[in-house]
Amino acid sequence: MSNVTGVVPTPAKNAGDVRSRAARILKPGGTRGGRRRSLTPYLFLVIPVGLLVLLTYVPVANMFFYSITDWDGLDKTKNVIGFDNYVSVFTEPDNLRVFVVSLYYFAGSFVQMALALYFATLLSFKVRFKNLWKGFLFFPYLINGVAIGLIFLNFVKPGGGLDSTLMALGLDSLVKQWTGDPDVINYTLAGVSVWRYMGLNFVMFLGAIQSVPRDIYEAADLDGATRWHQFRHIILPSIRPIVGLSFILAISGSLSVFEIPYIMTGGANGSETFVIRTVRMAFVNNKVGLASAMAVVLLIIVLLVTWLQRRLVPDEEVDIV
Amino acid sequence: MNGVKKGVGGTLKYASLVLGAVLAMLPLVLIITGSFKTDQEFLSTGPFKAPASWTNFSNYATAFTEGGMLRAFGNTIIIFTVAIIGTIFIGAAAAYALDRFTFFGRKAVLGLFLLATLVPAVTTQVATFQIIKALGLYNTQGALILLFTGTDIVSIYIFVQFMRSIPRSLDEAAKMDGAGHVRIFLRIIVPNLKPAIATVVIIKGIAIYNEFYMPFLYLTDPEKRPISTTLFAFKGPYGSQWEVISAGIVITIIPILLLFLFLQKYIYNGFTSGATK
Repeated sequence: MSNVTGVVPTPAKNAGDVRSRAARILKPGGTRGGRRRSLTPYLFLVIPVGLLVLLTYVPVANMFFYSITDWDGLDKTKNVIGFDNYVSVFTEPDNLRVFVVSLYYFAGSFVQMALALYFATLLSFKVRFKNLWKGFLFFPYLINGVAIGLIFLNFVKPGGGLDSTLMALGLDSLVKQWTGDPDVINYTLAGVSVWRYMGLNFVMFLGAIQSVPRDIYEAADLDGATRWHQFRHIILPSIRPIVGLSFILAISGSLSVFEIPYIMTGGANGSETFVIRTVRMAFVNNKVGLASAMAVVLLIIVLLVTWLQRRLVPDEEVDIV
Repeated sequence: MNGVKKGVGGTLKYASLVLGAVLAMLPLVLIITGSFKTDQEFLSTGPFKAPASWTNFSNYATAFTEGGMLRAFGNTIIIFTVAIIGTIFIGAAAAYALDRFTFFGRKAVLGLFLLATLVPAVTTQVATFQIIKALGLYNTQGALILLFTGTDIVSIYIFVQFMRSIPRSLDEAAKMDGAGHVRIFLRIIVPNLKPAIATVVIIKGIAIYNEFYMPFLYLTDPEKRPISTTLFAFKGPYGSQWEVISAGIVITIIPILLLFLFLQKYIYNGFTSGATK
């Protein structure tokens, strides 16, 4: 993360650095050794590349082919039906609804980043028990997704922890059927997602803020800069690239949601997400053709988003690896 | 005046940290207290009421034996061990070939790995499923081991990055002594990759332990399934017995909690550096 330069123009010296680093990876072996043509590198690569092709590239290619057929996953013959599956993805109301559901998670990701930014800023200044707070805020991210789903089923069930807390605070009117009411359920599930992933954003933001040398803050203090000024002029610029990256990733992230809603509701009550529906079409309804078309649509969206990200957020690291 | 301002700011700061920590931990704490309650107690008392006995471990016993969590831990350990050894050797071998040799097609191979990081696993399973089935691996632990080993490109990058810091003079000295490539790889490269291996073991260990999607799709046999799908199965038979489900949740979280407490620094570093791939 320390290599993210973002919008600050890269000084010429650094640019040279990057180029030579990139060159070193692209042209290894230095001046000596390895120049001799041999089978050795190929032998070392047979298994890694073989698995890569077998488990990533063959499925992607097959998926494109399945998506233009009416295959049910079992039949020997696959009838090519053209783009009917794609038309269905974008026209059938049930297929379109999952795009709407993803908007709740997309909105949730803004809340998540705002919270992460707030806590990261807070903990970048002098605070007592810093590690303890950091641990509490980050730990949810490490918890098993199934455990999280069940923890929250218990928490939001009628008369559970959430309702009890609201009533104890005199907020009885806010008590809802958290997973029973189709108008509420997606807020609940998006909220659980925020709870789960906020910690990762927070730790990444904190890392970016702390990569700013301490003496810059000290100099700012000497100049009489307030905390707000420090936030505005030191912290914000230092994390702009990673915040930008997170915003863009939230688009594909909110379409890829699966675990939390599947574990908590199975997609019932209008909480079905894009991936839950894809899995259901492929493995329950035996519509592998349609499911493949949905998967292709998701893949294309993810690729577009990544392309956009690389256009908008220049990141040296990306060029190098 | 500055002092007053700082005082108010300080109180607000700690108040929001306490609020954040409570929101992060409260749902979890209620599960822990619930796991010590009896069946009757769980239904009749409110969620904030402490359990009558903090030493009532009967729900844990039920989760371990009848819930099959002991077996699930065994399965998870088998899958993790084989997959991690496979990942280390595949990652190290790929990194060795890519960093220490120039050969025809090297750029193409790098490009293939780079492009593959963009393909999210959730999208391709519809088609991957057919391959696993064709290989005869459906409903075996081999399916998960193969997928965890063969689709982990992030680990390969961690190894490639780290390989560059291992001095070439070490390889060359060994070569002078008449060592072949396999010997150099096993005796020089792999041992020197230890810090990278540690990062991969921690990050991938947590990922495998928490993985739900893959075992859910590929391994439905109750005898063979790992921890996350075993816990998921609690929803059925114990659907109304929240005290047993709570014990199962706590059992699932404890290993990760211990790991976090002992390896905090490595975990933070691993996730912040691995997060951008």
